[in-house]
Amino acid sequence: MDCKPQELLIFTIARMLEGIDHVAVGVSSPIPGSAALLQRSLSEGKTQVTVLNSRNLQTLNDGAGELFDRAAQGRIGAFFLSGGQIDGHANINLVGIGDYPRHHVRWSGSFGSAMLYYLVPRVILFREEHTRRTLVDQVDFISAPGTSPPEIHRPGGPYALVTGRCVFMFDRKKAHFRLTSIHPGHSLDEVHENTGFAFDLADNIVETPLPDAPTLALLRGPIAQEIADPYPAFAHQVFGV
Amino acid sequence: MPEISVRELANRIPDGAKVAIPPSRSGVALAATCALIDRKARNLHLIAIPTSGIQADMLIGAGCVSVMECAGVTLDEHGQAGRFVETVKAGSITLRDSTCPALVSGLQAGEKGIPFMPMRGLIGSDLLKHRPDYKVIDNPMSDDPDPIVLLPAITPDIALFHAPLADRHGNVWIGNMRELMTMAHAARQTFVTVEEITDTDLMRDELRAPATIPALYITAIAHARAGSWPLGLQGCHDPDNEELARYAAASRDAESFAGWLARTQKRVTV
Repeated sequence: MDCKPQELLIFTIARMLEGIDHVAVGVSSPIPGSAALLQRSLSEGKTQVTVLNSRNLQTLNDGAGELFDRAAQGRIGAFFLSGGQIDGHANINLVGIGDYPRHHVRWSGSFGSAMLYYLVPRVILFREEHTRRTLVDQVDFISAPGTSPPEIHRPGGPYALVTGRCVFMFDRKKAHFRLTSIHPGHSLDEVHENTGFAFDLADNIVETPLPDAPTLALLRGPIAQEIADPYPAFAHQVFGV
Repeated sequence: MPEISVRELANRIPDGAKVAIPPSRSGVALAATCALIDRKARNLHLIAIPTSGIQADMLIGAGCVSVMECAGVTLDEHGQAGRFVETVKAGSITLRDSTCPALVSGLQAGEKGIPFMPMRGLIGSDLLKHRPDYKVIDNPMSDDPDPIVLLPAITPDIALFHAPLADRHGNVWIGNMRELMTMAHAARQTFVTVEEITDTDLMRDELRAPATIPALYITAIAHARAGSWPLGLQGCHDPDNEELARYAAASRDAESFAGWLARTQKRVTV
């Protein structure tokens, strides 16, 4: 059974959500959203999921602030963030390239990152494009920092960075990424060549595991239908639903 | 309750006003936005609660905005908000970048009539560096050092949004769009366009009353069917994705934007 790159990424992220009580999924996150739904199904509903901007996958009824209140109360175990730039200290930049505010490249803005990154215990960074343009030595603007000094209240932070080529785990004490797995068809040389920051190597770098046939069937069946609620174009493109 | 036309509603939002607007999923008053552009509103200070999309982009593109306060401006799956991006790059508006919960918390301080609200996060972010109005203090309730950010209260001059239903008394039913309640509580004046006006008293309806903004907070209402088009309205109508895609393409340059706006102004009755 052929596994599409998106399906591998969904499965990879889903495995990182094992044992989490409640996963929240922000905007523009079809792959993390699918991963959360896959984990919900694999855990037989033990992992609860809230997908923003969906009709049937959201559990909020107290306005734009409720998601953040939940994060502050410790009710959200995992969340996903991305960045136009992500650097080796896991700082993320959602604002732009160049000098603020007159950037030569400007993105949408920081959204909830400057709070959620501090408070959600397991933040998974996801950026499919793995190039020196996206993974940089130092971001031009810190929307939210990867680590904070010890006096800052920070129960949360980066857990891993998943890209189209590999998986890095984040060591919060060292403020450094460690390469742990490389997706099938990609190589260590290629990862080095396309990464703008320095990173450690795990003792045993593995090939990122593929989902087995029942998991793929689950993904292409019920999960594809569910993710079509918030992300119809994505569901159509990847799963043909 | 004064029921006025959309055009009159736009006339009552003065140049220079601080206007709170909701995110794209929550009742965006786009017919009223067209009327504001039509009356050549100027120097508006937009406060997105906490993000915006086509609404802020249209107002910026039409030259109505001098200050944009937001956690993000995006056309979501349709791509970048082209007028916002170009104007920010050109430096021709003042940008007050923030993060979603800071805007909501600031508005809640405004709602409570208190000067500020503390919030976790933000420390070490460049957002904080560029917001001299955000202050860091040491948590006075803690024995250990515990720096925390204080956000100034947000008290908009005006809250502007679109809702499914109002009644003859001026009560406005907002369904699950609770941020609209906070906006109305915090703002000095609230202008609402609605899909429908009912003869039922919404505050006397047990099921609807908890999601109804009492008339006390509402300054004026205008009837505007499909008043959020081309955006959708929860429980009423879906977004017009084809039109939103056309807008996203048009917003990439000033000339196409002007063309789109001229066509839309003709289509939207005000």
